[in-house]
This record gives sequence, structure tokens and C-alpha cells, in this order.
Amino acid sequence: MQFPFLSVIVFTPLAAALVILLYKAEWKKAVRWTALAAGLFALALSVWVYIAYDKGAAGYQFIEKYDWMPMFGISLHFGVDGMSVPLVLLTGIVMVTGVMISWGIEDRPREFFAFLFILASGVFGVFASLDLFMLFFFYEIAVFPMYLLIAIWGWIKTREYAAMKLTLYLFIGSVVSLVGALVMYWTAAQQTGALTFDMLALETVKFAPEFQKIWFLPVFLGFAILGGLFPFHNWSPDGHVAAPTAVSMFHAGVLMKLGAFAALRVGIMLLPEGAKFWAPLIMSLALVNIVYGAFIASVQTDFKYVIGFSSVSHMGLVAMGFATLNADGMTGAGVQMFSHGVMTALFFAAVGMVYDRAHTREIPKLGGMVKPLPLVAIGVIVGSLVSMGMPGFSGFIAEFPIFRGIWDTKLWWMAIVAAISIVITAAYVLRVVLKVFFGDMPAELEGHITPIKPLDKIALVLLMALMIGIGILPALMVPWVETGVKHILSLLGGA
Amino acid sequence: MTWIIWLLPLPPLLAFFVIILFTNKNKALSHGIAVGAAGLSWLGSMVVFITAIGTEEFGKHIFESAINWLPTGNTWLQIGVRIDPLGAVTLFFAAWTIFMIFIYSIGYQNFGQPKGDHDRPGLPPHGATVEEHGKKHTVPSIEPMYSRFFAFLGLFAFGMYVLVVSNNLLTMFVGWEIMGLCSYLLIGFWYGKPSARNAAVKAFMTTRIGDVFMLLGIAFLYSATGSLTFTDIFKPEVLEALAAAKTPILGLSAAGLIGLLLFIGTVGKSAQWPLHVWLPDAMEGPTPVSAMIHAATMVSAGVYAAIRMFPLISLDPATMSIVAFIGAFTALFAATIAVAQNDIKRVLAYSTISQLGFMIAALGVGAYVAAAFHLVTHAFFKALLFLGSGSVIHGMEHGALHTGDHADVQDMFNMGGLRKKMPITFWTFLIGGFALSGFPVLTAGFWSKDEILADAFGHGHMAVFVTLAVAAFFTAFYTMRQITLTFFGEPRTKAAEHASETPWTMTLPLVILAVFAAGFGWVGIPEHFPALGGIVPNWFHEFVGSTLAEHPEAVEFSWIPLATSLFVALGGLGLGWLVYRNVKSPKQDFLQIPVLKNKWYFDEAYNFLFVKPAYWIAEKFTSLFMDRWLIDGILHGAARFSLFLGHFFRNYIDKPVVNELIGDGTGNLVKASGSGLRKIQAGRIQYYMVVSMVVLVIFAVLYYFLIGGM
Repeated sequence: MQFPFLSVIVFTPLAAALVILLYKAEWKKAVRWTALAAGLFALALSVWVYIAYDKGAAGYQFIEKYDWMPMFGISLHFGVDGMSVPLVLLTGIVMVTGVMISWGIEDRPREFFAFLFILASGVFGVFASLDLFMLFFFYEIAVFPMYLLIAIWGWIKTREYAAMKLTLYLFIGSVVSLVGALVMYWTAAQQTGALTFDMLALETVKFAPEFQKIWFLPVFLGFAILGGLFPFHNWSPDGHVAAPTAVSMFHAGVLMKLGAFAALRVGIMLLPEGAKFWAPLIMSLALVNIVYGAFIASVQTDFKYVIGFSSVSHMGLVAMGFATLNADGMTGAGVQMFSHGVMTALFFAAVGMVYDRAHTREIPKLGGMVKPLPLVAIGVIVGSLVSMGMPGFSGFIAEFPIFRGIWDTKLWWMAIVAAISIVITAAYVLRVVLKVFFGDMPAELEGHITPIKPLDKIALVLLMALMIGIGILPALMVPWVETGVKHILSLLGGA
Repeated sequence: MTWIIWLLPLPPLLAFFVIILFTNKNKALSHGIAVGAAGLSWLGSMVVFITAIGTEEFGKHIFESAINWLPTGNTWLQIGVRIDPLGAVTLFFAAWTIFMIFIYSIGYQNFGQPKGDHDRPGLPPHGATVEEHGKKHTVPSIEPMYSRFFAFLGLFAFGMYVLVVSNNLLTMFVGWEIMGLCSYLLIGFWYGKPSARNAAVKAFMTTRIGDVFMLLGIAFLYSATGSLTFTDIFKPEVLEALAAAKTPILGLSAAGLIGLLLFIGTVGKSAQWPLHVWLPDAMEGPTPVSAMIHAATMVSAGVYAAIRMFPLISLDPATMSIVAFIGAFTALFAATIAVAQNDIKRVLAYSTISQLGFMIAALGVGAYVAAAFHLVTHAFFKALLFLGSGSVIHGMEHGALHTGDHADVQDMFNMGGLRKKMPITFWTFLIGGFALSGFPVLTAGFWSKDEILADAFGHGHMAVFVTLAVAAFFTAFYTMRQITLTFFGEPRTKAAEHASETPWTMTLPLVILAVFAAGFGWVGIPEHFPALGGIVPNWFHEFVGSTLAEHPEAVEFSWIPLATSLFVALGGLGLGWLVYRNVKSPKQDFLQIPVLKNKWYFDEAYNFLFVKPAYWIAEKFTSLFMDRWLIDGILHGAARFSLFLGHFFRNYIDKPVVNELIGDGTGNLVKASGSGLRKIQAGRIQYYMVVSMVVLVIFAVLYYFLIGGM
């Protein structure tokens, strides 16, 4: 039997969380090292899975299946395709870098890392699940610790409000999707006579077009809430801002991808006819996301809100790419999920580093950070270039195909409007960079900005290297995503 | 041969990394690496250029090679290098000007001077106090971020080389964007100055607007043809198909729309109206950067791209008319602003916009060879003029520091009489200025500008011809105004009185560029030109003209454009001399007209029309109204409503009905029946009930869906 890579990846964080919880609260060092070791282990395995994924064979690989509740057709069923394998990798990266930059957490690190890792297990689980029920199961596992992490370790001013808002939004979203999923389950059982949550089987069930048209919307939108789709994006910037740094990284870096990914996996892939019917609506909403997020980001004075709303804007590009339903757009969206995940993780890490030292995130009160924090400045500049789709960086590899995809749908004006929003992105990002890093340093900060730690540096360099690496050698990621897209296109009827 | 072309962009890039990562502390080593890298690329370019002009029928036997880069479905998007005749001449001028600018920067950034007394990174050096012969005085001090400057210049050069050697739109766009980024970094080099920060953002943003349209054009082109390689997209059958396809936008053909979108990129990069506003502000950067942006690389890249895309742009007459209009209008419009500027670099900035307008207009009337010719000559004389103005400023700074004079060293009214103090700078600037004015026969600018006028006339574009002629007259006039105010007459300030010639690292590039500014025109003398025509073959036309399969016709010779060109050049120069030889202060200058001085109020208008409304929409509408008021409002409303419901249930149903009637009622009943169970209820029963109700409902639902379905 093949080594069960995916189950080990999924359950490593959970096991580490349990181990950590057994420690004494004072064993802070042991907690950190255990977390880092577990993170590195999971990352190493996900790198292996990524490399070993056979692009030639395509399809779902590393499949494992263990019956759990056979009477309901529920099984622990893992497998990755070209769409999810980069996301598994992304989760590993964000997990490790998140641990690295949270090294200095002194307030109950045991519980913090335990919750963070339960969250990570949930995220891995969603990306790797091929069972609809398990997908929901892991989804809830991912959402629940978020509440605690924000409410306990978050920014004191808004943490309770933000945690509540986020949790309500996400649970409502998942309930709406769940209803749709259960209806699919039930209908499929009626059609085929077999009760199963197996998504591979559900893919082959041809739901009636009318059925698909009705149920696509709740399923897709329910998940899209977590993907930050307008007008359900509102929880996300508040949540980002209130969350502690590592949680923001997870939140924007992978949690929002969870929504987009599940919307793709359950919405578009299982209900392709519905997707075709509703695509123009989704594209319009996503377009609003792109422009709207960019506009709001440009007037925020809180550094973290700027990044939070820029995530709303960039996740709009993901939704846009998926909704084009063509090869270019979806490939771009797939790469964008990874690229944006790395980029925002870096942004939030950088914001956290600045905030920890300056004790403010108000942009007008910051300045001159380039001198004490040169690597953070470089990191933010690289992130900015990614966010504005500069060629040579991963953002371009993602955005260019998305624009091509939009253009191919003949909705040209959408391509133009979306492209112009990139200009707005450039505007606000550059202003922030100039002010925070190159402006005059306020007198009260002079001498208070200590250099960052070696682990922080490793995290920043790793994230930067990924964005530049994919930008220069897109063949490191694009072929994976393309195999996934090919499968989706076949479900969509070879469109 | 192609391996050299692949390697051309690399030395400056390596220099960038080496300086940033390793040699940042050592100034001499840093500039050694940067200049050495520029020299290597220059050498390679010359080898390529000489091989190219030695190749028989080079237009048919170009250098090209490609590799796979971006996987797209079943095929790969290839990237590669290509040098054809147009690429070869562009490479020629880019290599020369870049190399000269690198050498010049050593002197300009005060290498060998002491460290400043109060200098800090992000601000221009303020000077250092030294003791000589027991007397203290102030001398220029070295730039605090000296090494970083050379690193950025290296990256900039890399961008330009990538653009020139690209055989496809994608890597060309990469080079294009790298230059945009570098312009941002270098214009904002002295980031301690708010004006420099703003100028950097403005330059980046404005060109970025052009860039996204260009990107859309590239996306459209790729969708339509499945390739971005020049060889593929310029195949006759591909072009025909593009010209035949219709689009719903403005009734343009696909070719016209793609051409227009790509052209908007050029409008941004080459600072054409209406996206011209960034270029004059870009003067905030150190002067070698201005030369880099204005002559050697960035703006030239815009025109180069437009010439490159000529086969596509020229397919749709509507697009061509737009191109011609924008070019001619910009040429005249910018020239009118230039006459009223007092800052020596700003005059040159507007002249750059105007001259680029000439090239774009030439392209619009179909004379792409003339456009390329003017591109090359302009690169030489404009690099010369910028470096010359930098030399003037440098000399003035020296005088200002020496005498403690705080006059603005860039204001031409503070200069005067510099021809005696700075003879090399004067003579080279004069050559550059005359080339810009189109001084007959002796200067390169004459030949290229004359060719544009002749083409506009010969192809019957009278409006373009007249507009350009008037613009050319203004050009000669403001150039002479500049030369007169700067170099002639008597020094008007102490700083000017004590100005001194700059070191050889600065004057040597001036002399070399002056040779090209004067001599390069001789490679492009029209065959039928009176007296001189035919003595030297019109090599430029032959060579660059072979870029396209269809060789462009040389226009028939006519006396009208030639006479016009002679008249405007000499008339403008003469008038400029006559008017300004006695002007001593701005008060005597009759051209200090507010509307011209304020650049026709374009900055203000854009601010009012675009920037402010955008902020208003972003802040008031999107952020405060939509996000915080409407969406959050609905959300909070819902939350408050459910709280209200909760209170309502609790206070009006739960407490009176459930609690008292059922709960307590039951309790009372139980109490009445027996006191043994009294402790159980204690107000908790409703809680258990709710829980069990919920459990029941869930089980019911699950049963219905799961079991019931079996």
C-alpha cells in the first residue's frame, strides 16, 4: 500500500495540536518547537505531493478511501488534483511561516498554536477531501478555531465584534451551502439509487438542468461568502484587522481560498449547467469586488485595512476567473489563489512586524521604516508588485490569463474595468509603501524600531522567493493548475 | 550571433544584484561594476550592430531565437530574442546613450568628493566643509546612496535591453514594466523630498494607465491570433484576418482596436497628450535619470513599440488618424508650454514631449522610417542636452556652494554668461540645441525633422504638416531662448559667476554624444536632396525600411517642406536670439503668460476631474455609504432585530408564557402534587426544552433526508 500522504498531512497538525495541549502551559519553548517541527513535516510532505503529482496522468491522485459511515455513504476520502495540489502546498507554506512569525507570542502560546493547528488541519482537509460530507466537516473545523483565535488573541478594540461577525457570516454561508449539498445528495440517491457523498460519483450524476439552475446559486454563494464575494465580503476586512498576525495570514492566505475552492469544487464542478446559467451574475459580482475593494482600500488609513480590502479586490479576480468558465480564466484563477495566498501572507506578516514595533497601524503616523526594517520594506515592495500584476512576478502569471479569459467571454467592458482597477491597486499600494517605508519617521518612533528576528527573515524570504520564482518560471505552477482545469472543462462539456 | 543577443541584457541585471547584495558599501567598486556592465552590454550591442549592417539583405535574414516559457494548454508561449533592422538601430542608440549616462553619473553624483556635513539618504547632497590653506569653504559632497543609484540604473538598463531584444510582445512588456518600476524608483530617488515622492507616484500611475490598456491589447491580440511573436502576428494572412474582423467598439476592426490599445500604452510611456503630465514632474530625479528616461530608454521605448506595431496600427485608417492627431497636437501643445518655462530641465522636458509628438505624427502619416530616424537622432541630441543641463546645474551648484548663494540653480534667469565658465558644456549644448532646432545640414536633427515634414507634406496630410511646422518654429525659438539665457550675456548671480567646468567623467560623454548629434544625420540624407543628395546613399531609409516585407516608397522631393523647414529653424533661432539677448529677469520676458506657465492647467483639471471624484467615490460612496452604512447597516439591523426578537421572546413569551404558565405552572402543579420534585425546575426547564426541541428537529430532518430516502 502506498504511504498515506494526504491523511498524514491532514492529521499532522491536529496531532500536533493535541500533543501541544498536553504540555504544561509554561513549556513555551517546547510548544513553539513542536509547532515548527510539525509545520515543517507537513510542509515537506506537501512539497513531496506537489512534486510527485503526475501531471501527465492528471486527474485525482494520492487517493485514499476509508469507509466511515457506510450507511450514509460517508467515507474518509482524500485525493488531490491539479487545482488543489498547489493549495495544499500553500497551506503548508502559510502554516510554517505563520509559526515562524508568531514565535514571540507570550500570551498562552500553548492554546494559540493548538487552535492554529486545528485550523490548519481543517484547511488541509477541505483541500484534500473528495467526500462532500467530509468537506463540510473539515470546513467547520477550519472555521470554529478562527472565532477563538480572534476573540482571545485579537486586536482588543474590535476582536469580539469581528470574531462574531466572521463566525456568523461563515456559518450562515455553510448552512446555505449545506442545504444545497444535502439536496444534491438526496437527488443523486433518487437518480442512481446509491446513497453517497463521494464527489467523484456525484460528478458523474447528471443532474437535471433545471435542478442545477435552482441549486447552484445557494451552493456557490454559500461558499463564496468565505471567498469574500461582494456583497458578502464585509466580514473579511474586519476579521483580518482584528486577528493576530499569524491568523490574518491564515485567514487571508488560505481561508479565503477555502471558500473559492469549495465554490469551485461543489458549485461549478458538480453543477456545471447551473454554473453556465449563473456565470454572468457571478462575473458581475466579482467585478464589483475588484473595483469596490480597490476603491475602499485606497482610502483606508489603517495599514491592515488596506491589505484587508485589497484581498477583497484580489479574491474578486479569482471569482472572475472561475466564472469565465474557460481555460485561460480558470487557470489564471487557480494561480491567483496561490499567488494571492503567498502575497497576503507576506503583507500581513509585514504589517504585523511593523505594528509590533510601532504600536500603531495608522499610516499617517508611520514613516521611515526602510532603515530599521529593510527586508520588510523589500518584502512589501515585492508584494506590491505582485498585487499590481507586474510581469516577472506571480501576480502577472495569474492576472494575464484572467484578463484573457474575460476577454474571451466577449464581455470586453468587464476586462477593461477590471484592468483599470489594477491602476487603483498600484496607486494605493505605492502610496502606502512610500509613506510607511520612505516617508519621514515620526519623532516618537525614532529609536523604537528594533530589527526583525532571523525567523522572521526566513519567512519573508521564503514568501518572496515563491512569488518571484513563479513569476520568472511559470512552468513551476501553471502546468499543475492546467491539468485541474482540463478536468473541470470536461465536466462543463468541453467548453 | 543569437547567443550574444540573449546575453545583452544580463550584465546590467547582474550589476544590480551584485551591488545591492554585496558591494553596497564600496562606492568605487559599485560604480566600477555598473559601468563595466554597461560597457559589456555596449560592446555586445556594437558587435551585433556591426554584424547586422554587414549582413546582406538583413531585413530577410534577421537574428532570431526562441525558447518555451509559459505553458498554455497544449502549446507553449514562446519567448525569444530578435534583432531586425529596426531593432539594430534602436540597440545602437540605446547602447551608446546608456553607456554615456553611466559614465556621466560618476561625476554627477560627486564621486571623489568628501562626505557631506549633514547629508542623509533620501535627500540630495548639501555640500561638505573642507579646509584648504587654512580657509574653510564648502564643496559639493558625494551622494549618500551612491551605490544604490548605480544599482537602479543597472536595472533600468536591463529593462531597456530586454525590450529591444524581445521577439514578442510579452517580454517586451516585461522590459516595459521594469522600466516603469525603475522610473518610479529613480524619480523618487531623493524620497526625502515630498515633491519627489509625488512625482514618482504620478509617473508610475500615469504610465500605468497606458500600460493596462496595452495589456488588454496584448490579451486581445493573443485571443485573436494565439501568438504574441512578431513574426507570427505580422504574417500577411494574420493581419488580413485581423483587419477583416469587426469589433463593437467605435466601429473599429480588430486590428484597429488592438492597435489603438497598444498605442495607448505608447501614449502613456512616451508622455503624449493626454497622458503627458508625468514627464515634466519626472525632473525631480537626479539629472542622469532624466537623461535615461527622456532620451535613452523609457520614452524612446514607447515610440519604438509603436513603430514595432506599425504593421498592425496601419491596418485601420481610423486608428492612424487618431495617432496622427495625437502626435501633431502634442508636438505643438508641448512646444507652447516650453516657451514659458524658466527651469532649464523643464524646458527640455516639454521639448521631449513635443519631439515625441513629431515621431508619433510621422507614424500616423505612415512614415515609420522617418519616425525611427527621428527617434535615433533625438535620443542622441536629447541625451546630450539633458546631460549638458545637468552639467550646467552641477557647475552652478559648485558656484552656489562656494559663494553661499542660495539662488535656484536650475532657474535660467539665475544663470547667464556660462559660455566662458563652462566652455565644453557650452559648445556641446549648442550642438545639441541646434540639432533640436533642426539647424540646417550640419545637425542630425535637421535631417530627421525635415524627413518628417517632407513625409507629412508628401502624403498630403496638410493639417499635420502645418501643425508640425509651427511646432518646429516654437522649438527653435525656445531652444535659442534657453541657450541665450543660460550661456550668453553676463552672469546674473554670484553662483553663475563662480560656476566651474565639470570633471572629465561628465564632459567626455557630452563630447561623444555631440559627435552623434551632429553627424548621425548623414546616414539618412534623401536621395533627391539638392546638392547633397546621392553623394552618400540614404542608408538609414534602405536599412530600416527593410524591416517590413513591403519596402516603403521614398516621398518625392518638394521644395515646399524644405523651405519651410529651413525657415522655421533659422527663423526660430534668430528670433529667440533677438528677443532674449537683452532679457535679464523674468519681468522683461513677455512670454511669462500664466496659462502657458501653468501648462494649460492640465494638472489642475485632472485633479478636479479625476483624482478628486475618484477619492470622493472611494471614500464617501464606497467606503462610508456602501460598506459601512448600507451593508454593515443591514447586518447590524439584522443583528439588532434578532436581539430584539430575543428580548421579545424572553420577555413576552418565554417569561410569562413558558416560564410562568408552563414552567412555573407545571412547577406549581408539581408543587401541589408533591414537594419532592420542587428543586428540579428552578427556572431551568425552558432551557432543557429548547435543547430537546432543537435535537428533535435535527433528527427529524436527518431522518427525512437520510433514512426516509432509502
